[in-house]
Amino acid sequence: MGMTIAEKILARAGGVEKVSPGDVAVVDVETACLIDLSFLPEGWREVLQVADPSKVVIVFDHLVPAPTAQAATCMQTGRAFARKFGIQRLHDVGPDQGISHAVIADKAYALPGTVLVNADSHTCSAGAFNCAARGVGGPDMLYAVTTGKAWFRVGETIRYDLTGKLRPGVSAKDIFLFIAGKWGAHVNQNIEYGGSGMASMSLNARRTLTTMGTELSAEFVIFEPDDTLIEYVKARNPKPFTPTPPDADATYKERRTIDLSTIEPLVALPDAVVNNSVGISEVAGQHIDQAFIGACCNGTLDDLAVAARVVKGRKVAPGTRFIVTPSTEAIHRAAMAAGYVATLMEAGAIVTPATCGACVGGHMGVLGPDEVCITASTRNFKGRMGDPSARIYMASPATVAASALAGQIASAAEFFQGDVS
Amino acid sequence: MMAGRVWKFGDNINTDLMLPGPYLYRDAEDQARAVFMNNRPGWVDQVRQGDTIVGGFNYGMGSSRPAARSLRLCGLGFLLAETINGLFFRNAVNYGLLACECPGVSTAFDEGDTAELDIEAWSVRNPRSGQALAVLPVPEQLLAMMLGGGVYPVLEREGLIAPR
Ligand code: SF4
Repeated sequence: MGMTIAEKILARAGGVEKVSPGDVAVVDVETACLIDLSFLPEGWREVLQVADPSKVVIVFDHLVPAPTAQAATCMQTGRAFARKFGIQRLHDVGPDQGISHAVIADKAYALPGTVLVNADSHTCSAGAFNCAARGVGGPDMLYAVTTGKAWFRVGETIRYDLTGKLRPGVSAKDIFLFIAGKWGAHVNQNIEYGGSGMASMSLNARRTLTTMGTELSAEFVIFEPDDTLIEYVKARNPKPFTPTPPDADATYKERRTIDLSTIEPLVALPDAVVNNSVGISEVAGQHIDQAFIGACCNGTLDDLAVAARVVKGRKVAPGTRFIVTPSTEAIHRAAMAAGYVATLMEAGAIVTPATCGACVGGHMGVLGPDEVCITASTRNFKGRMGDPSARIYMASPATVAASALAGQIASAAEFFQGDVS
Repeated sequence: MMAGRVWKFGDNINTDLMLPGPYLYRDAEDQARAVFMNNRPGWVDQVRQGDTIVGGFNYGMGSSRPAARSLRLCGLGFLLAETINGLFFRNAVNYGLLACECPGVSTAFDEGDTAELDIEAWSVRNPRSGQALAVLPVPEQLLAMMLGGGVYPVLEREGLIAPR
């Protein structure tokens, strides 16, 4: 029997013929990404040896620029570590700043057919690059950086065949909310995306979908490779790589087909992402205090373009805070060049520097008691964005932008009327 | 055999509940005082050394934050759940918290019961009801880390990180 994409990549990186569900695979790590939180004094230890500094990436993202002395201290530790071992790929506060998963995509650090680990949980993001990428804990990162290796329990794989094309105003976030609502969690399982419908999805859209795989509690979330991906990576990363489609006779736990043209915009209700999606009409009219677009999943140039399109020539509702955080400063600059930032600001939005910021309740948009937020970020857990009594609805950037204009949860459909899909 | 007094938790207990975001930058002791402060305030004062958590499906969903360390610092002896989130499981291995999946466990135990765990036979028993359940074995190399204090001692022994 053949192997799924995840199994093939793990087998190759582990130097074995085959891996199967239930195995523990010990594999070579091609890319190991540390973040600012990796250098918290409670978890970080003085490293005496790095297996290969050229395989390490460091991105400061959760709390940048530092809002507290502790955050600043973490970054000092990270800089000293990079200097000591000559680690070149350091994304410090400045023009190369960004959220790790988005930096990894911008720079194509994630290579198809390889293994990537990162100290942040949304690492399956890089699965859009046909990469076996997984979020691991701080100690796993120390292990990966010092030994060049990581272990994985090999899980079963659910295969999603995408067909058709999304309708105007519907986005990858809605595909995710559909999957989360219909099938719920994928604990200890891999997700594999492919099929004719993926051709109509940009790499940004694919990355939104893979990033959100973390919320499905999946292990690896991996797209098939295609020419769009291969050209993108080759143009940005000189290292060799092996695009890895699944074997034709791969064994899946289950195969599911999604016709993208049938997906409707959805909203996740507060406190949980899975099994919690409803149609917009069910929550339309819900008052909001804050609307947020950002995080690693939805601060892409595509997302900022959609937000700008919705608010162009209009005004954010009085009393509503609309906060937009690009995923990287490179995206921020591209959005400025395209005029999106000006459009958003003229409408009354605040556009912040690239950081996790409000997504993690860190800074730049923390919620107060009983406030209501609609967010195009990754998580709506209780207390995630600030006070535990705040209620967080989750939706696509289009829905969030339309809601910011209305001061209440609202559909964006009217802004996309007349578009052809 | 290990025995622990049972605390029951439901499905999808997430890492933000065990380690709330505002505590991410605090020291490990402070973090351990914040466990379940939003969903079960006061729990940290009631839990005793060697106690057990019995959870439902997808225990520990969420982020990579070291919630397993907080549970260990609270004195938890071991944790059993219907299913355990992969990332939380990794942290359990790495921080030396014994955590096992056990189908049926969430209905076999009530709060305050005793759970008797045997990791040689891979079974758990409820002495109140007499019911015994099979526990999914943890692969040997990972179990060694769970029981041996996690990954830090391994890296120290191999001279890869400095001892604290
Ligand atoms: S943006 Fe949010 S989900 Fe993404 S890495 Fe940062 S904190 Fe995690």
